[in-house]
Amino acid sequence: MRAGKLITPLTLVVVTAFVILIPMERSGWVISLDRGVIPFLAAFLTTVAIFAILALALNVQWGYTGVFNFGVAAFFMVGAYTAAIFVKGPPEEGSSLRYVGGFGEALSPPILDSEQWLPFVIAALAAGAVSGLLALALSLPTLRLREDYLAITTIGVAELLRRIVIQEDGLVNGSRSLVGIPKPLSGYFSSDTERFVDLAVMAVLVMIVFLIVERGIRSPWGRVLRALKEDEVAAAASGKNVFSFKMQGFVIGAVIMGMGGAFFAFNRGAVGPTTFDHFFATFMIWAMLMVGGSGNNWGAIAGAYVVWGFWTTTLQINGYDLPDVLQSRIFYIRDFVVGSLIVIVLLLRPQGLFPEERRVSIWLDHRMRRGPRPADDATAEAET
Amino acid sequence: MRRRCWRAKTWPGSTWVISGMSIIPARYADSFSELRDRYRALGDRPGAIGLWALIIALFVWAAVFQTQLFVVGIIVGSILALGAMGLTLVYGILKFGNFAHGDTMMLGSYIAYILLTGTVVGRQANIDTDIGISLEQFPGATTGIGDLSFGYGLLIAIALAGLAMALISIALDRVVYRRLRQRKSGIVIFAIASLGIAFSTRALMLIIWGPDPRRYVSGIHYAKHYPFDVVLKTDQIFIFFVAFGLAVALYVLLFHMKLGKAMRAMADNADLALVSGINTDRIIVWTWAIGGALMAVAGALLAVQASLKPDLGFGLILPLFAAAILGGLGKPHGAFIGAMVVGVTQEVSIEFISAGYKPAVAFMILVLILLLRPRGLFGSTN
Amino acid sequence: MSALLEADGIVSGYGEVEILHGVSISVAAGEMIAVIGPNGAGKSTLLKAVFGLIPCAAGTVRFDGIDITNQSPDRIVAQGMSYVPQTENVFPSLSINENLEMGGFIRRERLQERLEHVYGIFPDLAHRRGDSGGKLSGGQRQMLALARALMLEPRLLMLDEPSASLSPKMVESLFQKIDEINRAGTAVLLVEQNAKEALSLSDRAYVLATGENRLDGDAKTMLESEDVARLYLGD
Repeated sequence: MRAGKLITPLTLVVVTAFVILIPMERSGWVISLDRGVIPFLAAFLTTVAIFAILALALNVQWGYTGVFNFGVAAFFMVGAYTAAIFVKGPPEEGSSLRYVGGFGEALSPPILDSEQWLPFVIAALAAGAVSGLLALALSLPTLRLREDYLAITTIGVAELLRRIVIQEDGLVNGSRSLVGIPKPLSGYFSSDTERFVDLAVMAVLVMIVFLIVERGIRSPWGRVLRALKEDEVAAAASGKNVFSFKMQGFVIGAVIMGMGGAFFAFNRGAVGPTTFDHFFATFMIWAMLMVGGSGNNWGAIAGAYVVWGFWTTTLQINGYDLPDVLQSRIFYIRDFVVGSLIVIVLLLRPQGLFPEERRVSIWLDHRMRRGPRPADDATAEAET
Repeated sequence: MRRRCWRAKTWPGSTWVISGMSIIPARYADSFSELRDRYRALGDRPGAIGLWALIIALFVWAAVFQTQLFVVGIIVGSILALGAMGLTLVYGILKFGNFAHGDTMMLGSYIAYILLTGTVVGRQANIDTDIGISLEQFPGATTGIGDLSFGYGLLIAIALAGLAMALISIALDRVVYRRLRQRKSGIVIFAIASLGIAFSTRALMLIIWGPDPRRYVSGIHYAKHYPFDVVLKTDQIFIFFVAFGLAVALYVLLFHMKLGKAMRAMADNADLALVSGINTDRIIVWTWAIGGALMAVAGALLAVQASLKPDLGFGLILPLFAAAILGGLGKPHGAFIGAMVVGVTQEVSIEFISAGYKPAVAFMILVLILLLRPRGLFGSTN
Repeated sequence: MSALLEADGIVSGYGEVEILHGVSISVAAGEMIAVIGPNGAGKSTLLKAVFGLIPCAAGTVRFDGIDITNQSPDRIVAQGMSYVPQTENVFPSLSINENLEMGGFIRRERLQERLEHVYGIFPDLAHRRGDSGGKLSGGQRQMLALARALMLEPRLLMLDEPSASLSPKMVESLFQKIDEINRAGTAVLLVEQNAKEALSLSDRAYVLATGENRLDGDAKTMLESEDVARLYLGD
């Protein structure tokens, strides 16, 4: 019972220790802003932030609305590619890159250095919009059916879209990566400071998404969503249009996912279809949310940190002189661990690192802060 | 009952109404809504008729004009059928979609592979090593039976793999799914757990056998010519008969044996089965055993037809689910027909769209079913 | 007095919610017992607790002297007790014949003989052996559910509101069948909303309210009692 409470801090401490110590050891204990562990951590946390946005988006869909999206990859990918073709310039004559769009220059009026930021803002919004439209289209035939129908349909659409990307060579450069995606604000900073700026920008973006989701979920609208997740029939009986609310939750989550894809594209500078396979682009996000604790936005962020931390450190471990048997299989072992991790979490700690909060409304929050919190004590009692 | 309509004057002399989703002249509005009500009263019957018509048209057309592709489609459908019947059986009894079914199918085919050849990846990637014992060492085990490319060794390997997968499936149920059941978890939790199992199974195969494709039998085996310009390997005919035989056996089990009837009863109403004195835990064990054995045979036959590759498993999920949903989830005979439809459609599709889209064909079928008749051809209303 | 079924101080409910706060009943061999009471009194919950479908937090259930508290239903069935749930009590996609076979699942011997015996009690079903359970009307379903429970040749039959949602005419013929079954020697534990009819058929009755025993005694006396009439019979 005690041990249950220790799991969360313990996990965070262990992951943090690995994330800091292993790169430090690998880089020979150098502490400097331009090499060694500090730039590594900046890049690591930037990626965590991107995944945290995706996990928050999935939390809107699954954690709060109960919409069962097994095709995160579809929305992630659509967002990333949409953003890429929005910010890139038109394909150059004689270049091997072939793609549609290339609106970057058209979106940069010659004021205020707008090419440094305006196309990126528009691209991120467009990525969200396209991804949201995809969700809207998918919700029509499937949201009224049992949850697993949506699951298999979203798996299918992720597969179909990946096929389209690979097959339609001129669309987004086919199976080869679409490279040369410009970086936002890159003109202002040297490449050394850039990664810290990236981190700061992403941190702000995560905060914004977090606040919007928290606010939304505690609004009357969010209460309906959560009521729906608990008991669809009861919510319908109280006069709520179940379908419409589920669709809203699904679409809003997809919009955020699409934007997450856009940030991913800006961060990486290149996107390719292999990134968006079911394991990396769907299952990882699910693993993050389940490990962190679905229905809790802090959980979504913590899950992204823990899972990505594990993912990255295994990459670092590969730098050591491991026996051949391990060395040649380290990535498969990593996949195996992440795959099993979700099963283990479901079996041993279904609530994740940060259990779902019971309190729903802002009003209730205030009430509870003022007085003693008998309800909370009671639940804590029941859990131990 | 008349609905209240919103009436608007657009130009003199004409009143238009917005009724539901459509804007139509007022004088037709009543007959229109009557027609619509009548249509709605039909439920999804028109969808079912449309679906059947499409399927029959496709089969007749394909059989006459694309005989070769049609026949290959039936072979592919046979393999899918074995997987889909297991999937739908598990779905019927346990009421969740097992997203690990494709990957465990591949695991079954790899178990047959290691029993037959004893080969695994060794200390370094790309260099195979032998575990020292295998069915191939038995005299004549690899000599082709008749025109088949493989000998009795593979048949024994497949049978043993079926047994192994039955046991593995039961063990997975004990360790994972049963605990979720006891906790009364929602179907979504089951689905996520099965997805986790899917990916760890694939990773396990990659750890043991690496990413490169493997084959049960090396060498080239020529196909034979049959009437109507059909070219087939004898192996493929074997696949069809194995699948068909197992489908018949499953039918006999479900409709003429006590265990099978109890399985159907439990699929209908698990609580009532329990109060009738049926030991539902035992039924679940049997369901996994049958589903597991079927998936191992399906995976092995897939490898006979094509090759073994850890990545193939997840790609099978879509066709398997499309077949099971088309037939009506929980209906094994429906899944058999559904699998044939998916198999033939996939093969014939290369006449119309690039072969690269073949994996997505199942998805298109799926969307069509969900639009026309979500409960499938033989599904029940509830 | 050696009771066939003896439930003593049953405490049970769903999850955290306790519904029964110590209910006791007993049924002697061959008896017909009615359990009546207002909605939410815990009548159906009592049957489920006795039958092992929900756990008992306290109390004991004995059947024929053997402790069966919290045993799994399939083992309780084997003792000779059958239970007919209120709704969803037939297998819709199985034929009538298969429904009955499932009813007698745990007993291998004399299947055909038992089938014919049950068809003898319910001749209407005998005509339609091959039809699927889902095609039957509400009344026929209840008959099939009864027939299914009788396939075990139980010593005690527990019925959960068999008359709910049936037409008055159907109710009458259903109660006739139940009476017939009871006269043939099977003890019946009948939970009913339709208290008057239930009392007029029964030997003894229990009145439950808010999860506790309120009254028990001779069914005919209870039928005539003004208190019971005013409180529980609705007039």
